[in-house]
Amino acid sequence: MIEVKNLTKKFGSLTAVNNLSFIVNRGEVLGFLGPNGAGKSTTMRMITCFLTPTSGTASVNGFDVLNNPVDVRKQFGYLPENAPVYPDMTVESFLKFIGEMRGFSGTELKKRVDDTIEKCFLKNVKHQTIDTLSKGYKQRVCFAQAILHDPPVLILDEPTDGLDPNQKHEVRQLIKKMGEEKCVILSTHILEEVDSVCSRAIIIAKGQIVADGTPAKLRAMSKLHGAVTLSIHRVAKDSVIPFLASLPDVYHAERIGEKNNANVYRVFPKENKNIAHHIASAVREKKWEVEEFNIEEGRLDEVFRNVTTK
Amino acid sequence: MFHYIKSIVKREIKGYFNSPVAYVFIVIFLILCGFFTFNVSNFYEARIADLRAFFVWHPWLFLFLIPSIAMRLWAEERRSGTIEILLTLPVTTGQAVIAKFIAAWIFVGIALALTFPLVITVFYLGNPDVGAIITGYLGSFFLAGAYLSIGSFTSALTRNQVIAFILAVVFCLFLVLAGWPPVTSALSKFASAGFINFVAALSFMPHFESMQRGVIDSRDIIYYLSVIAFMLFANTAVLNSRKSG
Ligand SMILES: Nc1ncnc2c1ncn2[C@@H]1O[C@H](COP(=O)(O)OP(=O)(O)OP(=O)(O)O)[C@@H](O)[C@H]1O
Ligand SMILES: [Mg+2]
Repeated sequence: MIEVKNLTKKFGSLTAVNNLSFIVNRGEVLGFLGPNGAGKSTTMRMITCFLTPTSGTASVNGFDVLNNPVDVRKQFGYLPENAPVYPDMTVESFLKFIGEMRGFSGTELKKRVDDTIEKCFLKNVKHQTIDTLSKGYKQRVCFAQAILHDPPVLILDEPTDGLDPNQKHEVRQLIKKMGEEKCVILSTHILEEVDSVCSRAIIIAKGQIVADGTPAKLRAMSKLHGAVTLSIHRVAKDSVIPFLASLPDVYHAERIGEKNNANVYRVFPKENKNIAHHIASAVREKKWEVEEFNIEEGRLDEVFRNVTTK
Repeated sequence: MFHYIKSIVKREIKGYFNSPVAYVFIVIFLILCGFFTFNVSNFYEARIADLRAFFVWHPWLFLFLIPSIAMRLWAEERRSGTIEILLTLPVTTGQAVIAKFIAAWIFVGIALALTFPLVITVFYLGNPDVGAIITGYLGSFFLAGAYLSIGSFTSALTRNQVIAFILAVVFCLFLVLAGWPPVTSALSKFASAGFINFVAALSFMPHFESMQRGVIDSRDIIYYLSVIAFMLFANTAVLNSRKSG
């Protein structure tokens, strides 16, 4: 479990992380979102005891970063931003070194290294010098380094950065599976990643939390959330729009385009109202020919933009 | 705790030999040793069966060669970002500093050991004083350690290896020359006599020279070990202060 309490980091006059507090429990995969320079990496560096907080503190599985840094470090695996790895080592010898530093030796060490190489698809490069690997492979080596000792906590700074689509998929599956019994924080700029792996997301901007919740809850913050998009054939838009707008609980209706010779409309509800059933039955009564009918969940990119550009 | 240090030392030494740095260093060190001993000191012509002509150059050779090894220690680690991996493993900064220092010292020890043909030569030339050869090597090794600790410290100050190198050379040069009259008289213009005596006492040279004469004095060993301990302590403090930077 990770507990962050009033964590603050100042670099000179710049406040990179500003009084941040949150808790991540076992079984949670927390997505850490935010624009460039929001303070994601800085927060992770404080949790991993690489940077000392200006004020506030954090604890990992009950060990405090200020008082027990070495015990804290035994709890997690950490993938730093840009995946730094010793360039002059081979993949295998690097992972062996990490394994030794994690307290393994002998056959156990060899087994851990081999398993991790297998898991991270590094078999065909295991004797290659890290220097000569492509970016995606370096990323995978660094990821391998973080999971080698099967730690209860994983802290991953942009884990899928630079991976090809297949590898992105594999790594996400891996994280999701590990997230069932671990506590995971990962930062990302890929919003679809939040849907595919995260059970919860925090959006930070200028070092402060601006949104926190499940992906569905964040989506519900979207203006689009609960809106109905429908396309209607062969009816003049001038009669459709006022009709839709007059239905109960509807806030606003507009035509947003055309698709397959049908006009596409979007109808927005008044706050937190459910309008889909009103629209469905009203349209059925009119016997209009409806081709598509969608209830919008809301879009993460729109929410992200809204909360981070204020 | 010791197995962490051991693992880092092992990794570092492998690192030296996986890169051309090790080979270039050793070859240049041996060539320069040979050049100064034979061509400048005229080792053969002197026909004296001892290694003074060899050791006397070490403070000056090391002045450039040791900082070239030490400059990478932390600057490279910071430049490539691997320091973020190393210092988030379950080790303290101090342990990592000690381990990297020990590895570099062992490496320099290996280079020093590779000068053994000279020892064979003096035995061939006559009946050398074995004790003086042993203390000579020991003195040289401790001097290298002191230089290395200074280089490790300056390497932690910057991510630029060139700056780390220059700072280390200047720092070491100062300690070599600290007791030398031109330096003490320059200092006497603005420092008190007590301070000058203190600085002069810090100089490497008296300690180095006494060991070359075959005298092993525990005060010399303690001197070197204190320099090393102090520099590594400062090195750790610099790295730790960066965390709160
Ligand atoms: N060592 C440092 N010295 C000074 N400023 C720093 C330092 N590290 C980070 N910063 C500043 O702190 C702010 C937060 O940086 P951080 O790397 O945490 O952002 P981030 O959210 O990870 O961004 P990105 O999405 O680009 O990775 C930035 O303005 C950055 O310039
Ligand atoms: Mg970042």
